[in-house]
Parts: sequence; structure tokens; C-alpha cells
Amino acid sequence: MAEEYILLRHRDIPHLDQLDVYLANGGFGAFRKAVTTMQPLDVLNEIKNSGLRGRGGAGFPTGLKWSFIPNNIWPHYVVANADESEPGTFKDREILEGNPFQFLEGLMIASYAVQANLSYVYLRGEFRQIGAGLEERIAQLEKAGLLGDNLFGNQYSLRLHTHLGAGAYICGEESAMLESLEGKLGLPRLRPPFPAVHGLFGKPTVINNVETLANVPPIMEKGAFWYHCLGTERSPGVKIFCLSGCVNKPGNYELPLGATYRELIFNYGGGIPGGRKIKGILSAGASSSIIPADDMALDCPMDYESVPAQLGAQLGSASVIILDDRVNLAWLVKKTAHFFKHESCGKCTPCREGTYWMMHLADRIVAGQAKASDIDLLNTVAHQVQNKCLCPLGEFAIMSVMSGVEKFRPDFEELIK
Amino acid sequence: MNGLQSKYSAEIQQILAKYPPNQRASAVMPLLYLAQRQSGYIDRQSVQDIAEIIGLSTTDIDALIGFYTLYHDQPAGRYRLQVCTDLPCALRGAEDFLHNLCANLGVKVGETTPDGLFTIEEVTCLAGCHRAPLFQLQGDGEIAYHENQTIDTALALVNEMRRRAAEKEAGNG
Repeated sequence: MAEEYILLRHRDIPHLDQLDVYLANGGFGAFRKAVTTMQPLDVLNEIKNSGLRGRGGAGFPTGLKWSFIPNNIWPHYVVANADESEPGTFKDREILEGNPFQFLEGLMIASYAVQANLSYVYLRGEFRQIGAGLEERIAQLEKAGLLGDNLFGNQYSLRLHTHLGAGAYICGEESAMLESLEGKLGLPRLRPPFPAVHGLFGKPTVINNVETLANVPPIMEKGAFWYHCLGTERSPGVKIFCLSGCVNKPGNYELPLGATYRELIFNYGGGIPGGRKIKGILSAGASSSIIPADDMALDCPMDYESVPAQLGAQLGSASVIILDDRVNLAWLVKKTAHFFKHESCGKCTPCREGTYWMMHLADRIVAGQAKASDIDLLNTVAHQVQNKCLCPLGEFAIMSVMSGVEKFRPDFEELIK
Repeated sequence: MNGLQSKYSAEIQQILAKYPPNQRASAVMPLLYLAQRQSGYIDRQSVQDIAEIIGLSTTDIDALIGFYTLYHDQPAGRYRLQVCTDLPCALRGAEDFLHNLCANLGVKVGETTPDGLFTIEEVTCLAGCHRAPLFQLQGDGEIAYHENQTIDTALALVNEMRRRAAEKEAGNG
């Protein structure tokens, strides 16, 4: 565990979700410093130099993303992605509930860096209570003079609003999120143009994940160098790992990037219940390849480079789902196939039809009604979805199918009569 | 001024103020929540009212109701009790939990209890995987999480809600 929490500070400081407590612990000092003493470009460069990368899954460098916002098209917007919906992911929810002001301050600093005067928090509809809590806090910040017009006597003005989604996984995809925020169906956009140029309401827009933004105030406070010394050289900083599935102590663990799966699962997560054997790991929620849990996997550092290079999987949002030796992987593929069939928005034919057929084939296999050739047919359908869709949902949907059939084929074969 | 406007006039103004004046369509999602707050579903007249307020067609609005799973165009039980059975929850017994809950309440998934209070539904990830089994309770315009559930805690909640509903009924009568 990091010696002192950087993101989950509410675990150390009681009532950090109250404004007076947050202020008493240095809250909004970073935002004040940015607005009163720094040029927007200096703020952007500080984040760039920290090496912070997007925590929503893609791992794109945050400062670089901000720098794509052009200065000849106005207004600019920042949208915070609080649509946390990946099965196995529950980190943003803890930040929003426990340490909401740090997230809001990060959003405010991001807004200043790109000179947005109006920014939104897009929350999944199920987070209705969290959204109401944020609205209250935003009102408190306006009252305290931390949001509104001419902040700190400066020219800069900023307003924040929340917007609730309504139960659609696809809206976590940034271009679908923008469509939804514009009052449309959450269907991903064809890119280019990218949101940095043509985003919300057709204007330049930065979209950042909640956890990413929660990293921003401590970086501004303690400096890019301090942050860059945490984690690994190419994956600096800390990450919240969501540990779930067959493990004794599921939960969120804030660790430096580069900690190993073994440390997470056995040191922090208390190992596998009943002393059973670990069979597999999903490294990035339901969108993940299934990794056989051998020593190489357990000793792999959890960072943006090592997981793809050593295991052929992704760090993603770091939603680590543990499978023990009782789990049949064909059953798992059936679960994920149902999820993606339900969540495919239907815009691209390969994803819409592919998820439908993968679901039916997986159902047939698990029900014991499949022929041996259905296993290869399932794999073939998955390959036909690959690289053919506008957004990553189709790519996510085939990960468990392809890796499951390739690496755990006996689990499928034992269900064929 | 239409029915929805006269009922929630101040709230509708607040909602519209969140978005730039030339982007009224953005208000459609919060307005749909407003329309289903009281009865738990969106009736035809409300679709018409929202269409008028923000200048979309009723077809556009129906498409949104169909696309987003938290909007309902049919009445159900007063509370939708929605159990997550996605992969991480299933690994912690959520499927058995849902099965037992249904058996105890005498309904199948998707059905409503005879007293009209609870519709039991199976849903996808609620971001509470570490505290499974869990469900959310939708109703009265609210969504509340109930985590680390056992069949006993869930039935105790159901009975408590039934008692409160009966009390309210008696109070009104």
C-alpha cells in the first residue's frame, strides 16, 4: 500500500467529503494557486511532466490530451466521465462518495488549464444519489466563491453541472457519452474529428475519467517531479486496483503502478477463499482477455507496458477479477457474451450481430447442447467482429471468447456431449 | 403551459439552465426522469409534453426511452428490485441469491409481487462487485443501493417496505 493515500485520502481523514474538512486539509489550494499564479499552459505542462495517464482504461497521457484543445475554436468544455460501468470496476464510485471534493477540484483545474467556463460531470444513472451529493457540493463551492464568475478577483469564470445517464454501458465510451449529453442515443461517433476539436456541442472538449482528475490536485500541490517518482518510469503514479471475484478481501487498493498481481491478490486481497487454487485473472473487467494465473502472470507488474508485453492483455481500468479452480471458463464466456449482447448499441453490424451469435453459441455450449465444431464456430464469429467497429465495445466483447477458447479449451470440450 | 410544465415548473427551469440556451435537447434525459418520478414510468402525455418543451419529436423521445434501460414506458411494481448477476457478482453467489429471492417472493424474474409493490429484475454491473450480492431499489424517484446482502437481509427489507406502505395506506385512509 502507498504509505499515505493520495486518492483514497478519506480512508485516513474522517469526513473528508465535507467542505470544511476538505478545506482544512489543504483543499482547493491547488486550484487557487493555478488560477491566481499560473498561466493555463503552465498548469498543462505540470500535468504533462507528471506523466499522468488516463485512468479510465486507455492510459492516454492526460497532459497531451489537454494540449490537443485548439485555441482558435471556442468555447471549450471539460466532461468528467463518471459513467463507471465496466463489470468489476467500482473505484470511481468510492472517490465520488468518499473524496468528492478532490475529484471536483481536479475537474476545476482541468477546466482552467483548457479555459473551459462550463464543465459537466456525466454520471451513470444508477449513481443518482452520488449525483445529488455532487450538486449539493457544487452549490457549496459557488457559495464559498470557489465556483462562479471572476474567481479570486481573476478574469476566469467556471460553472459545473451534473448530467445523469440512464443505464447504457456504451455511454462510458467518450463519443457516445457526448451524444448522450446532447440528448441523443448513446451511439459512438465516427472519428476523426476527435472530441478535442469537435466534441460537446461541436466544440473542443476534454473528457477525463474521475480517477484521472482526482490525481490532478495532489500533482499541482506537490509537483510533477514528486508524482513522476511514484510507480514506474513509463507508468508513473498510483492506481486504484478494483479486486473482485474469488478472493478473500475484495475491494479497492491504491498501489503504485508496477505492483504485481501476486502482491495485490495475496498480500492485500488475502488470497483465495478456502485455500483453493487460482485459475485465471481478468485484468480489465469483462473486457479483458482471460489470463492463466501461472507464476509469470502473478509476478507481472501491473502497469501500462508490462501487462500487454508479458501477458498479451491490458491494464485497462485495473479491474482485477479473480477466478478459482471451480470456475468453468465456458460459463464465464457465456456471462460476458450476455453482457456485451445486452450493451451493444447496435450501430455497427459486426458488433450487433456478432455479440448476438456469440451469446447463443455460448448458451448452447454451457447447456450441453453444442457440437464439437461449435467451439471453433464461436471463435470464428469472434474473429469476424475484430477490427470492424467504430468503438472498442466489439473488441472488448471478443477478448474473453478468443482467449477462453485458446487458453482454456478443455473447459469448453468437457461440456460437449 | 402543458401538464408536466405546470407540475414541475421550477425544476424544469433549473434543468434547462444547466445547458447552453441553444442546446435545449440536452435536457431531455433529466426531463424523462422527472416524468417518471411519480408513477415509475413515462406515460404518453409526458412524452408529448417533453417534446413540446424542448422541441424534439415524440419519435426521438420514444427512441431514447427504448435505448436507455432506466426509462420505463410500462407501469410495474412500485419498487423495482434489481439484482446484479454480472460476472464478478455471479462469482460471489448472486445468481443463487436472485433465484432464492424469487422463490421466497413467489415470482419469476421480471414479475411483480401480488401486492403490486416489487418487480424483481436482473441487471448488469452496478459498480458494487466487491460487496455482492447486491441490488438497487428503484422507486419514488430514488435509486438506493443495498449491498452485502443475504436472503434474510433482503427479505427483512422487503417486509419493512411492505409495513411502511401499509402504514402509509392506513394514514391516507
